[in-house]
Amino acid sequence: MVDKSLELFDPGHRACGGCGPALAARLILKGAGRETIVVSSTGCMEVFSTPYPETAWRVPWIHSLFENASAVASGVEASLKKQGRSEKVVCICGDGATFDIGILCISGAFERGHDITYICYDNEAYMNTGIQRSAATPYDASTTTSPAGACSFGNKLPKKDMPGILAAHGAPYVATASIAYPADLMQKVERAVNTPGPCYLQVHTPCCTGWGFDGSKTIGLSKLAIETGLWVNFEMVDGEVTKAKKVVRKPVEDYLKMQKRFRHLFKPVLQKDEIAKIQAIADSNAEKYGIDIRV
Amino acid sequence: MLKITEGSHAVAEAVKFCRPEVIAAYPITPQTHIVEALAEMVANCELDSEYICVESEFSALSACLGASAAGSRVYSATSSQGLALMFEVCFNVAGMRLPVVMSIANRSLGAPLSIWNDQQDSISLRDSGWMQVYAEDNQEATDLHFIAYKVAEDHDILLPAFVCFDGFILSHTYEPVDVPAQEEVDAYLPSFKPYQRLDAADPISMGMYATPDYYMEFRYEISRAMERAKEALKRAGREFDEEFGRDYSAPVEGYRLEDADTAIVALGSICGTVKDAIDEMRGSGRKVGLLKIRSFRPFPDKEILKALDDVSTVAVLDKNVSLGSGAGGALGLEVKDALYGSGIEVKDYITGLGGRDVRKRDIANITDLAESGKGDMYYGLREEVL
Repeated sequence: MVDKSLELFDPGHRACGGCGPALAARLILKGAGRETIVVSSTGCMEVFSTPYPETAWRVPWIHSLFENASAVASGVEASLKKQGRSEKVVCICGDGATFDIGILCISGAFERGHDITYICYDNEAYMNTGIQRSAATPYDASTTTSPAGACSFGNKLPKKDMPGILAAHGAPYVATASIAYPADLMQKVERAVNTPGPCYLQVHTPCCTGWGFDGSKTIGLSKLAIETGLWVNFEMVDGEVTKAKKVVRKPVEDYLKMQKRFRHLFKPVLQKDEIAKIQAIADSNAEKYGIDIRV
Repeated sequence: MLKITEGSHAVAEAVKFCRPEVIAAYPITPQTHIVEALAEMVANCELDSEYICVESEFSALSACLGASAAGSRVYSATSSQGLALMFEVCFNVAGMRLPVVMSIANRSLGAPLSIWNDQQDSISLRDSGWMQVYAEDNQEATDLHFIAYKVAEDHDILLPAFVCFDGFILSHTYEPVDVPAQEEVDAYLPSFKPYQRLDAADPISMGMYATPDYYMEFRYEISRAMERAKEALKRAGREFDEEFGRDYSAPVEGYRLEDADTAIVALGSICGTVKDAIDEMRGSGRKVGLLKIRSFRPFPDKEILKALDDVSTVAVLDKNVSLGSGAGGALGLEVKDALYGSGIEVKDYITGLGGRDVRKRDIANITDLAESGKGDMYYGLREEVL
């Protein structure tokens, strides 16, 4: 068991107050432990944690480019293997780096079976460059490249199923987690780094700046994502879903109305049909993962 | 011991003796024979390396970057489009000061698609912070790998290096090559000692971002290392000569230049053809010589000025073109810069692009053109475009 009282991600970095990814970084390192080498992609976390000559990382850390973290990690892992070293290799990358620009390198690294853990901190858009749409952006979210307007409700496309894609690569362990459930998150990280082969973890990390909510509400909002069924915490072992967090579901409005990125669904007029479509996404998630507690 | 071998195989043998701990490889013509040969060595337990079959050249160099940062000697090879796909990683490797060595079997860049030789690929990376050395023949291509590792890994240098040799013309040609023995290479090239590495026992952050307060100094440090590399290359070349009896200490090499009025300046395998052409021209009484450029980065401007001090005309052969600069190739532009103010007439000739043959008679024609003051032009075009 790794000592989870260790603080390996230092305070004093440049993240916004209430930043979901910053909290995720701290919890991920608690789960991974001191014997870890972190590979980051370009993105918010890289920028707020390592302005030269300062760093927040108390473990060895490397950043190369936006899209190549998993290829860099492949090289790190091969080098450690050759040297007979035992550190764990963990990628921590945003959703743009994972769902979009880095998917070629990720696919290659997973297909080759490197012993790495790839963790996506999913804040559902390109936040570092100013809140542009990624393939992780949820349906109807307004971003700067999928803005809501007179003839648009925002992002028209559903979220890409990255866990499914990586499970299909034969990853032995794939899971989703949330900063609202820190014990679960740390345990999943620990399990992933101790599972031989390429493992994938996708962590829901609300972004107060990009989603438009008060920084004091980050954890509450994360919980609501789970409680509405719009985010499901689950585990897949060898491609089969083995566990999913069950909830007494709340209506999706409870989650949507707290965020400016969905404000156009409520004002100037309530968009019942659009909200119904988002409710249908939550219902489909609930069905797929069997999360409903019937009361 | 001399043996008749294909250029790519001689290079692969040399790489094996350098004991790379991690190799990341992706196939591309005309480089492929090198990584195939290395894969065979690994499969036969002749080479103890982690061999990663990556899904792209972009990942090949990214994996090398990671493995080098973790403390291993690394190797990759590529050509043309593969190097173009690595563009972003190339700048990153140099900026992070990782001593990656990569063979470039030089090939043209599309469009139109062409698998044949010119030097546009590596030349296009001239500002990336990689050292670039060019081989005239397969012996030199082989030997330059030992020198490249030695200089790249020198803690006063810490710059990556391309060892460039012309695709097909060298890579697929059988020549007698003296490939040294493992013990000899071990005596010349010490095992890799990283300047710093990713290590949980001593955590550091690598590849941080720099604000305008710091960025320029990082670039300046690379420039300074490149300057120091000039001496380091000479030193490593001299030491190589002491060990193996082949002298690569000079970044430029003259051939029949002592009393020459006209000098041809060139990079790579074309130098062999130029030497034969010069011998013929000398036979008919013409005072022509060659200045072969071995190191293009760092660029030996002072040595070029010194070597060409007594000639009146210079003809530069460029197997690349800097489009939009008139008819200027990278070598021509830089030789003109090195000779600026000397009064020496420098003419540039874009030739041999996309694998077009350059023969002895072409060298003689170019010499005629230079001596009659005609140049800064494409040489050898089909007549219908003129």
